[in-house]
Amino acid sequence: MQLLNERPKSLLDVSMHYCPGCGHGIVHRLVAEVMDELNIREKTIFVAPVGCAVFADTYFNCDAIQGPHGRGPAIATGIKRAKPDSIVVSYQGDGDLASIGMAETVHSAARNENITIIFINNAIYGMTGGQMAPTTLIGQKATTCIYGRDPKVNGYPIRICELLSSLEGTRYAERTTVHNVAGVVKTKNAIKKAFQNQVNGIGFSIVEVLSMCPTNWGVRADNPSEATKYINDQMVKIFPPGVYKDVK
Amino acid sequence: MPKQGKIEVNEERCKGCYLCVSVCPNKCLEKSDKFSKTGYYPASYKGSGCIACMSCAKICPDLAIKVYEL
Ligand SMILES: Cc1ncc(C[n+]2csc(CCOP(=O)(O)OP(=O)(O)O)c2C)c(N)n1
Ligand code: SF4
Ligand SMILES: [Mg+2]
Repeated sequence: MQLLNERPKSLLDVSMHYCPGCGHGIVHRLVAEVMDELNIREKTIFVAPVGCAVFADTYFNCDAIQGPHGRGPAIATGIKRAKPDSIVVSYQGDGDLASIGMAETVHSAARNENITIIFINNAIYGMTGGQMAPTTLIGQKATTCIYGRDPKVNGYPIRICELLSSLEGTRYAERTTVHNVAGVVKTKNAIKKAFQNQVNGIGFSIVEVLSMCPTNWGVRADNPSEATKYINDQMVKIFPPGVYKDVK
Repeated sequence: MPKQGKIEVNEERCKGCYLCVSVCPNKCLEKSDKFSKTGYYPASYKGSGCIACMSCAKICPDLAIKVYEL
């Protein structure tokens, strides 16, 4: 009898605080597996966000720092420039990356900082209780748009991969999803590429992951098809998965 | 012959989201009727049917599933 999956060494053997069915845990595992496979755990510095992943620095088995809301790419820039041999990853939610941290996001891409960004797009502010995010879909209910997002009042969702692809400094931008097994496999490949790019000095690489937030989408956490269906039927229409930029 | 496998669910880590139940191609996981120490009805292996395809482990957000090939 052979065990096929060991817990990645880059993830500490502790239970994580995420809600049942939340996509953050899946992406944490994938990042850790990639760190193991590329053998970069000892030189990785992980920048945790403000958002539900605020404790991520206590889950990863590497050097880590928890930064102020939205400032991940600025912190990552500083670390990478001061310690160019380290591998620096900034892990961020959509409120963090696309709202309060939009300037840091755009300028770090424009400067082609040689950093890796893992962007969890769950179309909501998870941690603070379900407020509208820049990525909230038209018609989607949130605590700050209780009748659904109305473009006349709230504007339109921001597509980060498309936006960043227009910048010359962006080297790699791919959007994936973790709502099914095929998506998880693709997400891991994308994360691996985003880290490899940094190792090879290629530059600014971002993976946007469409991710479930059953709690703040108001769907059942014990019936996974409700949240996965929302990604499958609604989110991918507005945020199509795919490679948006890949400069060798 | 397809591979034969078995899985183990860590009941203290499982939060009962049943993503694994929903993706298993052979439907060999189910919701347990026993309450776990952490307060959930964890997923549990029906005892047969696993083909060691790893789908459940790949989607599990809590690293709660070990897959063995027999
Ligand atoms: C400077 C500052 N402004 C606002 C907040 C409140 N706040 C905490 S988390 C958060 C949004 C989190 O949403 P997101 O980044 O999408 O992460 P998620 O929880 O969905 O993973 C906000 C606005 C804060 N902590 N600091
Ligand atoms: S609130 Fe949403 S994003 Fe936050 S842990 Fe719960 S499911 Fe995950
Ligand atoms: Mg969010």
